[in-house]
Amino acid sequence: MIDLIVELSRYGFVILIALYTFLCFSVLRKKDQNEVNHGWKVQNLLTFLIHLLAFVVIFIQTWQVDIVIFYLLQFFLLQAVLVFTRLIYPQINRLVLNNMCFLLMIGFVILTRLSYDRAVRQFQIAAAALLLSLIVPVLIRKCAFLQRIPWIYGIAGLILLLTVSIVGEEDSGANLSLVLGDFSFQPTELVKLTFVFFAAARLAKSTEFKDVVLTTILAGLHVLVLVFSRDLGGALLFFITYLIMLYTAAKKPLYLLGGLGAGVLAALVGYQLFYHVRVRVLAWTDPFSVIENEGYQITQSLFAIGTGGWLGMGLYRGMPNKIPVVEEDFVFSAISEEFGGIFAVCLILICMSCFIMFVNIAMQIKNNFCKYSALGFGTLYGFQVFLTIGGAIRFIPSTGVTLPLVSYGGSSIVSSILMFAIIQGMYLLKEDEELELEKERERAARARAKARKAKKAGKEAEHGGREQQKTEPERRQRRPKAAADGKKEKS
Amino acid sequence: MFIGLFTLMIGYFVYFEAVLSEDVINNPYNSRQDVFAENVVRGSILASDGTVLAETIVSEDGTETRSYPYANVFSHVVGYSTRGRTGIENLANFSLLTSDISTLEQIQNDINERKDQGNNVVTTLNVELQQTAYSALGNSRGAVVVLEAETGKVLAMVSKPDFDPGQINEDWDRLTAEDDTDSALYNRAAQGLYPPGSTFKIVTLLEYMRENPDYADFSYQCRGSVTEGNYTINCYGGTVHGQEDLTEAFAHSCNSAFASIGLSLDEMEFADTCESLLFNRDLPFDLTYSRSSFTLEDGATPAEQMMTGIGQGETVVSPLHMAMIVSSIANDGVLMEPYVLDHVENYSGETVDTYNPTRYGSLMTAEEAETLTEYMKAVVEDGTARNLNDLGFSIAGKTGTAEYTSDKSKSHAWFVGFSDTGDSDIVVCVLVEEKGSGSEYAVPIARQIFSAWYAQQNPLW
Repeated sequence: MIDLIVELSRYGFVILIALYTFLCFSVLRKKDQNEVNHGWKVQNLLTFLIHLLAFVVIFIQTWQVDIVIFYLLQFFLLQAVLVFTRLIYPQINRLVLNNMCFLLMIGFVILTRLSYDRAVRQFQIAAAALLLSLIVPVLIRKCAFLQRIPWIYGIAGLILLLTVSIVGEEDSGANLSLVLGDFSFQPTELVKLTFVFFAAARLAKSTEFKDVVLTTILAGLHVLVLVFSRDLGGALLFFITYLIMLYTAAKKPLYLLGGLGAGVLAALVGYQLFYHVRVRVLAWTDPFSVIENEGYQITQSLFAIGTGGWLGMGLYRGMPNKIPVVEEDFVFSAISEEFGGIFAVCLILICMSCFIMFVNIAMQIKNNFCKYSALGFGTLYGFQVFLTIGGAIRFIPSTGVTLPLVSYGGSSIVSSILMFAIIQGMYLLKEDEELELEKERERAARARAKARKAKKAGKEAEHGGREQQKTEPERRQRRPKAAADGKKEKS
Repeated sequence: MFIGLFTLMIGYFVYFEAVLSEDVINNPYNSRQDVFAENVVRGSILASDGTVLAETIVSEDGTETRSYPYANVFSHVVGYSTRGRTGIENLANFSLLTSDISTLEQIQNDINERKDQGNNVVTTLNVELQQTAYSALGNSRGAVVVLEAETGKVLAMVSKPDFDPGQINEDWDRLTAEDDTDSALYNRAAQGLYPPGSTFKIVTLLEYMRENPDYADFSYQCRGSVTEGNYTINCYGGTVHGQEDLTEAFAHSCNSAFASIGLSLDEMEFADTCESLLFNRDLPFDLTYSRSSFTLEDGATPAEQMMTGIGQGETVVSPLHMAMIVSSIANDGVLMEPYVLDHVENYSGETVDTYNPTRYGSLMTAEEAETLTEYMKAVVEDGTARNLNDLGFSIAGKTGTAEYTSDKSKSHAWFVGFSDTGDSDIVVCVLVEEKGSGSEYAVPIARQIFSAWYAQQNPLW
């Protein structure tokens, strides 16, 4: 009987996620606000149905009460996030919020299956980060100072990276973690945030050649330190993110081409210079020839994905734990193995939907600092998804980065949640801008109407001029204030 | 730009799931296959007519035993599955451990706590031809490959010494002992690499035709040996063939004539032709095999050129590969990929998956294939394979006697050829290790196989 439920659940998962994915793209096209809201509600429902189904399947195969409690905790956390975020920020971007909850949910499910203890730990950290993230949009709204001090966090980030590279704990060939007592964290994840802010602030200020050179030098130092910490995935992420931000800000194709050229050159040099780079490339080009050593991880990943097929093996029916570091870099393979290829493709599409929303938001923001930050985070997110999934399926060499919000990793989940929250903050700013613009327009229209009326009145009677005199100063007073607001934001 | 990357990635993922995953799944390192075995009784391997070649017998107490009714006869091609996996047991492992039964049956099995019955794979193997080849080879070491030219189906594949897959665990220590000289686990038909000897004259002839459009005017005065520099090539048994044209030189396998031809050929073009015939290349074949090798470089010494021309020298080839080259001659120059799995069916006989013949490509033009066929027929009608001339149907072939040490009495005996009746013709390649001449030791084995095949085709005969 249990076999049968597991067997049938596979179809359930595929249908539910397919519907969810469809809504990600279809709701955006709807005009009617009620329909849109309905679409978001259905998405939430689907999220929780998958969550419930997954835990039913997990429970009937483990028969542990802990699982039920854990499920309820997860359920309440996600519900709370949905409810409170909307309560505090009614204008929030629902698709980004829904997707964040969905990805978190998938992460919780697959981690519970892979390693209960790790899932609990992940849950605790995620809950804390989500709480923190509730105030992030407020901070973004209020904190214009963020863009005034680029050098401070630019250099702070670099120092943090340097510290790690020198005293960090070695973890699968790369120096990534700092250990403080019981607590270990990966500063790279934090530096991702400061790095994007740094680049955005600098580029928003000036794209003069002299300034660009200075900014690029500091950005390049980040990348170099990462390379020497052997964190190739991180280095690549920072590199590409900066390049895209630079190109968007300066609008000079030469920067993009030059950067890419330099990147290719650096990759070739790196290939010659570093043994571990060659190993990664060998494991990519011909993993089966080195299946016992360098190619072990990637071949196990391919076995997982391949054996899972389109519909997957069903939860607990595969052997995802055969893949080394499956909870982190290869979580996609585990999902693909047990939930199936269709599910995995939908997951890619959902990540893509997040990325598209990020870029959309970025493009609509007028304020350059926010625009470049949003774009930077969007690029960071999109490229990271590409690196981890591409690596897991042998589309590109594996670089050892996590799947944001899904993979295990305290620092990673915190930085991903914050990233989503920051983008939400930017989105709210954009909404504010629009609101402001609309008010402005209304005001102008009102003033024009009044002026017309007054003119008319003035023609009819001489003493109507008194009214006009009264409104004129009012308008004058308002205008400089609005202009000042605008200046403040731009500076 | 990123959207493009994502789309490409999804595309690759779909391609992986749809196409590449099959090979990946079947990799013997994939321990996930063992998971299937917990819920599925391994299916059977059947010959093309449904005869059971391997099956799993479940006893009362649920113990599963893999049984091989033909014991040693199909040992290499069917393989074993209880000590690692080889052969078809490995190739079709995923199919054998997948159960395509109705959901209703699944529920019933679930309730009764019975395992599902795995799918059966039906192979292309022909029991009678395999048995004929097996017994014809007798106690000799060697290999036999029989292909259907038009489709590439492997009808028989024998390798000796052999082993009993059902006793693999009991015999393992003996089979893998350090002082073992039999290498019985080794599938000589596909993995064995041997000097091709005179069978290679087919390739030399093809190259000569390509380089000399007036090849039909060839004429040679054989004096029993030819010397270039300080190296001498002798004809087999010291025979002096006298004045001969190209057909006679080929039919009598005249070493002197072909050594001279070898001297005249352009090394680079010769190497190109050989590579187009899949020397130094991967073969389109799913079971474990070895790559054949041909090395002739620009500026080779006359000795090397002459040796290569008659299939001695550095060249080595597997019986399977030789059969494939000849199958393209039989099939108007087109090579069909050899394959052993015909289709997969569930235990009640409903087809689940079918493997179709796959065209690999043209190895030569149809004209070249036709001309080579004529030359090879002469070998049977009036040459070293005369023994096959009275079977009642047309056969084209070539013998070979490959020397591999200075001891000339211990040669590998080769025969490779095909029936030329125009109706589901077969290619037969026979290799007998350390016996003597191809005419004497390989041709009689081929004769038995051709007879058995002809009897099958014409039951009333």
